[in-house]
Amino acid sequence: MNTLQALGYEIRSKNAGPFSLTIDVFCRDSETFRKLATEPKLQAQAIAGVFQKNADSISIFPIEALNVIKISLPRPVVQGALHDRDMHGAQWAFILMDALLEPDRTTIDAAR
Amino acid sequence: MNAPIKVLTPTGAIGTGFSRDAFIKALLERPDVIAMDAGSTDSGPHYLGTGTTKASASILRAELRVFMQARAELGIPLIIGSCGTCGSDAGVDLMRGLCEEVALELGQVVRIASIYSEQSASIVKQALAQGRIRPLQLEHIDDALVDRCSRIVALMGVEPFIHALQDGADIILAGRSTDTAVMASLPIMRGANPGAAWHAGKILECGASCTTTPAAAVVMAAIDDTGFTIKAIGEGARLTPRSVMAHMLYENSNPHVLIEPGGVLQVEGATYTALDAQTVRVQGSVWQPSEDYTVKLEGAAPCGFQSVVMSIVRDPEYLQRFDEWLACLDSVMRQRIEKHLGIGPEDYDLQFRAIGKNSALGELESRSGTPVEIGVMAIATSATADCTKDMVALLNPYMLHFPLPGDKDLPTHAFPFSPASMDRGEVYEFVLSHVMVVADPLASFRFDIKTIQGDAR
Repeated sequence: MNTLQALGYEIRSKNAGPFSLTIDVFCRDSETFRKLATEPKLQAQAIAGVFQKNADSISIFPIEALNVIKISLPRPVVQGALHDRDMHGAQWAFILMDALLEPDRTTIDAAR
Repeated sequence: MNAPIKVLTPTGAIGTGFSRDAFIKALLERPDVIAMDAGSTDSGPHYLGTGTTKASASILRAELRVFMQARAELGIPLIIGSCGTCGSDAGVDLMRGLCEEVALELGQVVRIASIYSEQSASIVKQALAQGRIRPLQLEHIDDALVDRCSRIVALMGVEPFIHALQDGADIILAGRSTDTAVMASLPIMRGANPGAAWHAGKILECGASCTTTPAAAVVMAAIDDTGFTIKAIGEGARLTPRSVMAHMLYENSNPHVLIEPGGVLQVEGATYTALDAQTVRVQGSVWQPSEDYTVKLEGAAPCGFQSVVMSIVRDPEYLQRFDEWLACLDSVMRQRIEKHLGIGPEDYDLQFRAIGKNSALGELESRSGTPVEIGVMAIATSATADCTKDMVALLNPYMLHFPLPGDKDLPTHAFPFSPASMDRGEVYEFVLSHVMVVADPLASFRFDIKTIQGDAR
């Protein structure tokens, strides 16, 4: 079962030129889209934390017609620079996916 | 209303393969131009740094032959942008050589335009002095940085293509171009709606990526006064309003706006309507001409000579205490390199990547586990080939035998081959993200337009 079937969304990242990274969150349906569009972990502040960037460098485009949330940011490392580890930038999507999958701390605290 | 202008894009990049059956089928629809590109920055700074081409010359030649035959049969132009992966002059000349060979072989009389996009350091420094260089994602630029670049290219818009077409070119082999300009040029020359032409160019640029059947399709856009119709062609080929619209997301920071030389394409108000399972109609894209005409610059500069040494750690005890082992190895190697080579930390770069642990994401990696084995990749870079060679010589025995603290027996890790090191030569980095304001869209590009007499016998 792929992630879109299992979780209701799929995340892909890719270079947008050597200096930018763009992440697309493909939602299965409009319900998932509406839920994720307001998800705190997909807001600029939280994404900036995950990628160690300033929140004002994160752009978020909710595209209702496609049920896609597009997130663009400066590439964590310039493409192909000495310390770049992933020439096409596709693995950064998994960090965001892991952040979304991580149990919400406030929910855990509330359950205690 | 003018007749629609049909642009056929058989592949996202020449040299990477395409569906010949679909291409032959598409020719029956009588396109007005065959257009595609041959490169992008996506493969990294090596290609621009060295001016070399990623694709195989023999594969490029074989594909070019098919496109040149089709072009001649239909009597239409063939346009190839960003020749040679990075758009270097050498990349254009490589394609030109192949093109001339094929023309002779096929006995074609063909007018070929080469358009060169490399920029000399003096041109860029002059523009800098005149305040005509503006930053995009990188602020820093000065004369020294421009001089450091081994190669700078400017991305051309539609005007150089139109200039060559008006000069009667049958085949255009262009240096670095915006992906979209390659496809948008002929429709714009013939007076199609510019918003539709640029938007169609963006959707076509990766070939069949905008379809739901990318393996078996080629794409063709028919651009007219009010919009464009995009069609997936091939056995079972399909596209949908969603797949077409989604392509605006691809490798693009802003899904609604595309900044091009001479203007901005706005697609937020565009509508996408399925006409049938292979065809989508797109209307409402808007082209806004900008006040200044700018060309984007790309530049790559050398940043040292690099070698890689690879070793595989399989011993379970070492895997248990891997972080401790790697930290010790890192520290010991830095001491030895600095002591034996008489250099300081600022004179070299040494990295260890733990493949199987976090080599793709480094410190941002959020998961951990106990792998069966870990590949340790040491990457050594310094200003000279000799110094890097010495670093590798020092690394070699340690990568093979480095023990855990307290381990009296010397372990032997796995070297996958002999020699254990891989010399990567001089490596490069992208250092420019700037635009240059120009008064004339053609001024930054050089043209060589000649007719080849393939049947001179």
